[in-house]
Amino acid sequence: MSALSERPANPVVGQEIPHEAASLHVTGEALYTDDLAVRTHGILHAHPVQAPHAHARITRLDPSPALEVPGVVRVLTAEDVPGVNDAGVKHDEPLFPSEVMFFGHAVCWVLGETLEAARLGSLAVEVDYEPLPSLVTVHEAIEAGSFQGGQPHMERGDIEAGFAGAAHVYSGEFEFAGQEHFYLETHCSIALVDENGQIFVQSSTQHPTETQDIVAHVLGLPSHAVTVQCLRMGGGFGGKEMQPHGYAAIAALGSTLTGRPVRLRLNRTQDMTMSGKRHGFHAQWRVAFDDTGRLQALDATLTSDGGWSLDLSEPVLARALCHIDNAYWIPNVRVNGRIAKTHKTSQTAFRGFGGPQGMLVIEDILGRCAPQLGIDPIELRSRNFYVDGQSTPYGQPVRHPERVAICWEQVLTTGDVATRKADIAAYNASHEHSKRALAMTPVKFGISFNFTSFNQAGALVHVYKDGSVLITHGGTEMGQGLHTKMLQVAATTLGVPLSTVRLAPTRTDKVPNTSATAASSGADLNGGAVKDACEQIIERLRAVAAGRLGVHPADVRFSDGHVGKVGGGATVPWADLVNQAYFQRIQLWAAGFYRTEGLHWDSSAMHGSPFKYFSYGVAASEVEVDEFTGAYRLRQVDIVHDVGDSLSPLVDIGQVEGAFVQGAGWLTLEDLRWDESDRPSRGRLATQAASTYKLPSFSEMPEVFNVALLERAHEDGAVYGSKAVGEPPLMLAFSVREALREAAAAFGPAGTSVDLASPATPEAVFWAVQEARGGAEPPHMTAMVEGAPGVVPDQPGADAAPLRPRSEQAAQPARAGT
Amino acid sequence: MREAGKGAGAEPREDDVPDLATLSGAGLVSGLRKGDAVTVQSRTTPAVSFTLNGAPIEVAVEAGVSLLDLLRERLDLTGTKKGCNQGACGVCTVLVDGRRVLGCLTLVAQLDAREVTTIEGVGTPEQPHDLQRAFIGADGFQCGYCTSGQICSALGMLRELADGVPSAVAEHVAAQPGSSELEMRERMSGNLCRCGAYNGIVDAIAAYADAAGGHR
Repeated sequence: MSALSERPANPVVGQEIPHEAASLHVTGEALYTDDLAVRTHGILHAHPVQAPHAHARITRLDPSPALEVPGVVRVLTAEDVPGVNDAGVKHDEPLFPSEVMFFGHAVCWVLGETLEAARLGSLAVEVDYEPLPSLVTVHEAIEAGSFQGGQPHMERGDIEAGFAGAAHVYSGEFEFAGQEHFYLETHCSIALVDENGQIFVQSSTQHPTETQDIVAHVLGLPSHAVTVQCLRMGGGFGGKEMQPHGYAAIAALGSTLTGRPVRLRLNRTQDMTMSGKRHGFHAQWRVAFDDTGRLQALDATLTSDGGWSLDLSEPVLARALCHIDNAYWIPNVRVNGRIAKTHKTSQTAFRGFGGPQGMLVIEDILGRCAPQLGIDPIELRSRNFYVDGQSTPYGQPVRHPERVAICWEQVLTTGDVATRKADIAAYNASHEHSKRALAMTPVKFGISFNFTSFNQAGALVHVYKDGSVLITHGGTEMGQGLHTKMLQVAATTLGVPLSTVRLAPTRTDKVPNTSATAASSGADLNGGAVKDACEQIIERLRAVAAGRLGVHPADVRFSDGHVGKVGGGATVPWADLVNQAYFQRIQLWAAGFYRTEGLHWDSSAMHGSPFKYFSYGVAASEVEVDEFTGAYRLRQVDIVHDVGDSLSPLVDIGQVEGAFVQGAGWLTLEDLRWDESDRPSRGRLATQAASTYKLPSFSEMPEVFNVALLERAHEDGAVYGSKAVGEPPLMLAFSVREALREAAAAFGPAGTSVDLASPATPEAVFWAVQEARGGAEPPHMTAMVEGAPGVVPDQPGADAAPLRPRSEQAAQPARAGT
Repeated sequence: MREAGKGAGAEPREDDVPDLATLSGAGLVSGLRKGDAVTVQSRTTPAVSFTLNGAPIEVAVEAGVSLLDLLRERLDLTGTKKGCNQGACGVCTVLVDGRRVLGCLTLVAQLDAREVTTIEGVGTPEQPHDLQRAFIGADGFQCGYCTSGQICSALGMLRELADGVPSAVAEHVAAQPGSSELEMRERMSGNLCRCGAYNGIVDAIAAYADAAGGHR
């Protein structure tokens, strides 16, 4: 057990405690960024002018008519930018564009005394556009050769030999949709300038440091002139990792130019039509099995739909490639990736960050091939699990692979899978127009930012003279319970009750140079930093206590607010000791730092050990499908998930449940539709509200939902033996999709393989049922091909640059991903 | 090609319009709490009088102002959140005469002589309502943004159950509905939680209803 992972006696970590802001949340007292607006005197409101073209050149922009509108104070345009006119780290996202790159692109912003004045002003701005040809679908981009960024290539073994000797070869194509974050709190920033010219931005951002960077470069200021604070977010899910920066910059620019506070809050339609989403992908694949169903080779080319700018597309794609194996050993692998450049919103981070997309490809392959191989999908999957001693295609040894098998066995047992499978068979035999199925899928998800440099964090811990403790760390709170966990870590390390510790909001002037709260790494990284800071203080107090208690410093024990000798005896109250230390001129605060050790990654070669560890989980889902409508019910879900030794079980169970629901939404309900026609509305997002974009509600919850955390799951390499939890359980929802596929197949003869679109909406399931019953291929699907050559994935041209994120080029401040 | 002022989509007028009415006193009313009396006056529009969290209030605002914007932008009652502003997410649910309504779809003009209860009127951190305690106990939220709407909606929902209002899953429209989990999920399905804390929310409502000897 490492010093990082070892828990003291009676730790506060591991206790089931409510969210730190629970009483504020249930009473409406918890403040989100926009709630600060009404508390800010003299605030101005920003409204965008959104372009009504997917692609166009702006030939004239005249803001002057807007200034005639009562209440309009100023129109912000490119001429106003004192620094760099760019909202991204790749310098390919003009904040005020001269070329419209997607339908709804903001071309300028109007500031008004009221939001209504700003809106009326935005309608008065005169803009002339010269429409240009546009690429809206990933297919159009592939056909046009429209790609952006590097093209990663990952290879292991001998791909041709793997296919040459295989008993079974299949190939196919698969295109699947992205996902709108639909955090209930839309993007919001409030900026003001103080008497000394310091810019203060309150922003709903998962990445305050990068928001600070962008605001600074837009304003042409050094970073120390900009402070960014995030109280909390009403959901982030990756959508506030890269996307808030431009909005914060607009607010800050408006504030510097007017001298007044500026509020920029997107309404729902603006948020959905302007901000990035999960990447949809197109995949070409061929796969080889031996005669027992063991994977022999996988050759795939993944094309992500990156939208108009690079954003986080490169690291998202890298993570997709790094997860195409999911939990399965594939000896010979070749995977190529490329990023389509289309005239859509800039697709970005979303919980899982490409991992779900990569894993969906292999799970779809196994789901389609199992009937052809004549092997039950549960058996096919478990037969291909990693075992000890094997490595991923990118060369990282798979540690603790047995945990997948343990979770799998536990779900089989607690979910009573064998009995239920028999019941399902009986049900299906007696019901002509309704079929049930149960599917199980595993998750193996790599934890750490792929790009090694981002795996660092800071914290600031103050112990005041009265013994009370205030902590700040670099992570942001978006509902995932990070602050709760950090309070528990601090209380555990200092040996004080939870009530002794308070947490201050995340700010760039408290902890600088932070990484995004992303990649599920918030607790790992910031927990390490909080623990480090607390340990520095404890070491100093240990000497004071040793003198007072007359014991050796190593024998001093801090527990539950009392300081005493190991093994018992007299104790001193924590507050007394702290007070004494103050008078002895002992420093009672500390800055903590943490960097994850043992990581290395070569993104050009797509090789290394980028992850500290893998998180594992298994889900079994049972569905019932109606023949006539494709409508379905999710009858039961059983999950066993590995969170290490949980820091906060209540939080972690909630994360597992919520991630599963969100994953099920992506895979079965949430259907982004873009106007692909040649009408003037081409490129417009047609699903731009909750009325047309179906989110999971109470009604779509599994009727029976059993979630268990894997026991005896200590993780030696992470804070107090815990594991990350935010993203991995999202991918447990593959089990729902596979169950729908099997239920649809059950309408056909035994051994039927169906092609199921994603999302598997009732409509998509309806078409799958028709296919199973001998009908045509579902719309927009390509039938799987048996035997060689079949579909041969495109190979990169000689001129394709490897994935070489600019963040690895020393001159460029940028990031390479989560 | 001239498209003066044409936006990317037909938009409704923007939400908050505090310029068209006058507040009594100077500026915004800060920290309004249960029991505080407030008067908001206008030179141009007729006043509407109602009860807000137990206290009388008189406001005169432009006809298009929603209850949600009145609360958030005018009265500093930011506990009620704005999610979609089109009645599709349930985040802004409040109670009017004990029945749940969506703040974004309710006009201030509709409130004359009504009794409005927002989350601030349900309970406070110091004196939470039992349902609020139940939400804490059952971990009925994650980011918290939908929570005030969930709680107000649940209070209204339980009253609907008590009043025998049928739902889509009711076996018979004339029968007294039960309070099964299925019933509660159906009746709460207009309140989205993007974090997916639905299990905790259902558990919280059930625990409260059980303890209150209600309809379960």
